[in-house]
Amino acid sequence: MNIDTFLNQHENKDLLRFLTSGSVDDGKSTLIGRLLYDSKLIYEDQLAKLKEESKKSSNKDEEEIDYSLLLDGLKAEREQGITIDVAYRYFSTPNRKFIIADTPGHEQYTRNMATGASTADLAIILIDARKGVITQTKRHAFINSLLGIKHVIVAVNKMDLADYSEQVFLDIMNDFNEFSQQLDLQNKYYIPLSALKGDNVVDRSDKTDWYKGPTLLEMLETVNVTGTRNFKDFRFPVQWVNRPNLDFRGFSGTIVSGVVKQGDTVIALPSRKESRVQRIVTADGDMEEAFAPQAVTLVLEDEIDISSGEMIVHASNVPTVSNSFEGYVVWMDDKELKKSDTFLIRHAGKTTKARIDALKYHLDVNTLQKGRTMGLRLNEIGNVSITTTQPLFFDPYTKNRETGSFVLIDPITNNTAAAGMIVDALFDDYAPGDDDNEETRITDHVEKREFLWDNGLVTQSDRAKRNHHRGKAVLLTGAVGTGKRDIAKMLEKRMFDSNLQAYYLGVSNVQSGLDCDIPLGFTTKDEHVRRLGELSRIITDSGQIFITIYDGADDYDIEKLKSLSSPNELFVVIVGESLFKDFEADLHLYDQSLENAVEEIMKILSENNIIPEYCI
Amino acid sequence: MNQYNLSQLKQLEAESIHILRDAMSQFDNPIMLYSIGKDSSVMVRLAQKAFYPGKVPFKLLHINSTWKFREMLEFRDAFCSEQNLDLLVHYNKEGFEAGVNPFDYGSRKYTDIMKTQALLQALSDGKYDCAFGGARRDEEKSRAKERIYSFRDKHHQWDPKNQRPELWGLYNGKINPGESVRCFPISNWTELDVWQYIRLEGIPIVPLYYAKERPVVERDGQWIMVDDERMRLKEGETPQSRMVRFRTLGCYPLTGAVESNADTIEKIVAEMMEARDSERSTRVIDHDGDSSMEQKKREGYF
Repeated sequence: MNIDTFLNQHENKDLLRFLTSGSVDDGKSTLIGRLLYDSKLIYEDQLAKLKEESKKSSNKDEEEIDYSLLLDGLKAEREQGITIDVAYRYFSTPNRKFIIADTPGHEQYTRNMATGASTADLAIILIDARKGVITQTKRHAFINSLLGIKHVIVAVNKMDLADYSEQVFLDIMNDFNEFSQQLDLQNKYYIPLSALKGDNVVDRSDKTDWYKGPTLLEMLETVNVTGTRNFKDFRFPVQWVNRPNLDFRGFSGTIVSGVVKQGDTVIALPSRKESRVQRIVTADGDMEEAFAPQAVTLVLEDEIDISSGEMIVHASNVPTVSNSFEGYVVWMDDKELKKSDTFLIRHAGKTTKARIDALKYHLDVNTLQKGRTMGLRLNEIGNVSITTTQPLFFDPYTKNRETGSFVLIDPITNNTAAAGMIVDALFDDYAPGDDDNEETRITDHVEKREFLWDNGLVTQSDRAKRNHHRGKAVLLTGAVGTGKRDIAKMLEKRMFDSNLQAYYLGVSNVQSGLDCDIPLGFTTKDEHVRRLGELSRIITDSGQIFITIYDGADDYDIEKLKSLSSPNELFVVIVGESLFKDFEADLHLYDQSLENAVEEIMKILSENNIIPEYCI
Repeated sequence: MNQYNLSQLKQLEAESIHILRDAMSQFDNPIMLYSIGKDSSVMVRLAQKAFYPGKVPFKLLHINSTWKFREMLEFRDAFCSEQNLDLLVHYNKEGFEAGVNPFDYGSRKYTDIMKTQALLQALSDGKYDCAFGGARRDEEKSRAKERIYSFRDKHHQWDPKNQRPELWGLYNGKINPGESVRCFPISNWTELDVWQYIRLEGIPIVPLYYAKERPVVERDGQWIMVDDERMRLKEGETPQSRMVRFRTLGCYPLTGAVESNADTIEKIVAEMMEARDSERSTRVIDHDGDSSMEQKKREGYF
């Protein structure tokens, strides 16, 4: 190939940004070093230095080159032997250019992983074949999921130390797959490798004949990431008003999502003034159409006043314009986050003031359990409600990374204190008051709802008399894959056959119906729980025994469901291992047969005078 | 495949323009550090594109160590006048008058006085709250972790332990009076990207990058060019004419040339692809000690 062709090819390659996450000894740096080395990107002088340094660091075998030394940039890190900050690496193959965010796996550095993930399209999660899926693996998977990574490569490393065993690989694959069901990781790929020996990294290994998939590099070269980008919602935060002379007035910025064409009808936010796109200007000439992430200058047909920090969008597709929203924050400051704290918020090219109205819960990144808390410490993740002084123009993070993300800046120290992901605007009825916490907010909501409840002429006791039982919700919960669905369906049938008014509601019925306006995933769980709670109130009001399932409920979810169901009661059955910390379920089922499980539920319902004794 | 694919170079260009405009919206008094090198040339082109059809809305600042190659200075003046750019030049007057040079003071001390101190003087004098620089993360280990907005305290110092997290395209430009931010719009570009962009855009660069017969002496394994009569020759050193070119440009007594016949960008890139030495190996100051670059950065050098 001549150099002209080579250069043109280099120019037209596409770009993949990915991050690597793994625990301290998973061989992450070694893997990156191997990728760079095998694709010939380590220069001779760097290699010579490396060999010299490898000898210096005592814990290494003299013969083996310690690739990690190439990557750990800063002095202090080298001394400690761990990477403590995100480092960016570059390499390219004839097909693609890659930017690697090398993020540390050490416990206290959640913030660095979030940083690396924020600009990445794909994540490699490293698992030590000898250790399998451990707490840190779960944490890494969760953070990647929360930060909206759509593609995950699970790299089972150190296969050389596990005899290249297919069973080891399959077990890890199943463990990860099962655990990650509850996350929003859409595309998962699994690969067995040894970074140290070079198996399946760039070259196919002859020791894993049983593995038929691509090597790591092949995978990185072919995965389609543009397919998961947002080209639907046109969002154009104005950065700079370009007015070089009286004849030209343009709005410069980056199309952060979507597509814009000449002649499109657009509005400016927050003024909502309407105009049409006259020109799409760039230094390389005007364009008829431009798309994310191009940086352009828009000239509009009408003279409307727009300043830096405002946004141009299609008149027919407008983001939420609101002063308050709910979101997740990754806390990155040494000073603890408290309710009522105030910050500067930077969102889509605009800075305004923000106040934390409510700290709803903190999330344990290892178990994904929600817990009440008074403050968030460094590297903790929490759910908060925020009010801003000026309205923001946003979309949920799961739909739009660029308009759904924000950072909080400490107004005193100017430090970036938190990274945030918007879940959605707050419902009016749910809007926070000054001194509320989440608990009193739900109670207030329920009180108001009950006050406004419009009863028919048939009362609850009329129904109970005819049905010979009260309305009641029965919720089955516990870990994924414990046969809850079979139990629930059998329970409905058993009750129906005993002339009880029972109704089983399948999870997918809600997801594809009532919930179809919210993307399925971890960050929308709260809203799902809210809807389930309201449903439970309605169906039990009709006198039925309402049977449903909620996977992986924690204390927080149950409290919320119970409050929302009231005044009717919620009966909680755990199947398998309990995920609760303090909450005690009404019944705990372990490995009973299907029939026994159903009978046990019937029995305890009868003991609680919910259903008549003769049904047993 | 999606019809809305943007090539990697166009993505880098868009990102850099985004950063330049973002900084313009966040700072009151920015300046662009202009080193005359190829990375600076690319950065200037990106600034022209970012504010097109308007003029580049800030000045360029060149720190003259007084030991630059003559060709660099000629190029600088011609380029800035051709491209209609506002150029400021600053040098450390005290250092110059004291006759500070790389021969008597050693590369470390000389760099500190004539480059680092000169830069800090100029930044303090101009009260700039943001200085654009053309550093890239692929250049050197300590740069791989550098932020795009790199915070500097009142003394222009960089604290590697206390860098602000940087997520998405959201840059934190909040500073107190006297503090500043160094902003690196081409952080994510590699050496190859820079060359391809220069080629694609026809960006003028200093002729020293192209191979030519030049008078050089061999010193510590590097070819050092005898650019003017101030060059002190050691015993046994006689200038000889060699086909050489420079991969990076700096002060001529401290910048090694490589033997080469590459007199076009295509040939340079071809050579680079075969080269097994990284770009900065021709910089004498990088070899001052294993963590030398990190040390210089802490003190305020780029």
